[in-house]
Amino acid sequence: MLSPQTPPGVTTESGLPPFAVPATTHQADDDAQLVAALKRRDEAAFVALVERYQRPLLRLALVYCRSLAIAEEIVQDAWLGVIQGIDRFEGRASFKTWLFQILVNRARTRAEREGRAISFSSLAEEAEAPGEPAVPRERFRPPDDKWPNNWAVPPQSWGESADAGLLAGETMDLVKRAIAQLPSAQQQVITLRDIEGWTSEDVCNVLTISETNQRVLLHRARSHVRSALESHFNDG
Amino acid sequence: MTDDLMTMPDLGGLSCKEMVELVTEYLEDALPADMRNRFDRHLRACHPCLVYVEQMRQTITALGKLPEETIPTSALDTLREHFRRWRSTPDA
Repeated sequence: MLSPQTPPGVTTESGLPPFAVPATTHQADDDAQLVAALKRRDEAAFVALVERYQRPLLRLALVYCRSLAIAEEIVQDAWLGVIQGIDRFEGRASFKTWLFQILVNRARTRAEREGRAISFSSLAEEAEAPGEPAVPRERFRPPDDKWPNNWAVPPQSWGESADAGLLAGETMDLVKRAIAQLPSAQQQVITLRDIEGWTSEDVCNVLTISETNQRVLLHRARSHVRSALESHFNDG
Repeated sequence: MTDDLMTMPDLGGLSCKEMVELVTEYLEDALPADMRNRFDRHLRACHPCLVYVEQMRQTITALGKLPEETIPTSALDTLREHFRRWRSTPDA
């Protein structure tokens, strides 16, 4: 299923980044036990679920509102939705999918109420609209060249120091700023896929988009962040 | 790449401009077998595209390491209160 080329942190179990919420069967089983305990009104189970999901919930909520205070309200609201709905939750979807769907619904409602609905056009619309090329056209040779559409200004390797440099605080700030510049739909996808380390299947379920649209949004988002890193490493 | 037409490399029939738009499908293992094969052939012959794919991987790695402590969480106590209220009034 997975090719050797699959990068770490994308879909492989072993390569997941340390802060990811892995979509492993183990975790799903574990969730199911906690959910069963929550239905029995077990407070420790509730706290365990909150601790497990609070951070990714907040991160996603922040994509919708940019204010930590409002994001925390939205997340709290989502947990209240969990408490109120848990007796009706039948486990057809995974708990994680159900929980994040509640969050996304509350976040969208909140954004609409605050008149920000226009900037939250549907994810499918954003994926299907024409996007920027991954690399500016002028970096390729013209179509009538001997090597048509091949590199004119090729990327320069970031070198051996890059792996350490990528983890430096200023680089992380740059990555965060690059993400903040993206349209909302791209932010949602890259946040769940690459920061939280979710599978594409989970992202499609939570955001209710097709696999193809998800990939288009991910591609644009990753290309933008790569480009920001390139400027940083080559100029700085 | 080389300008020597005698040793024209096999670029899999893909231009570099096409390669940079296919890279996510490649990394997601979503390319049809034939296209994947052409992509691999291009990569073997074109160092800049190899560098590009490597940079995309490095980008993904960096994204996976955004520090989690950038998000403080202070809501647990409030949520516990809500939970206890709910538990004491099961029909609410």
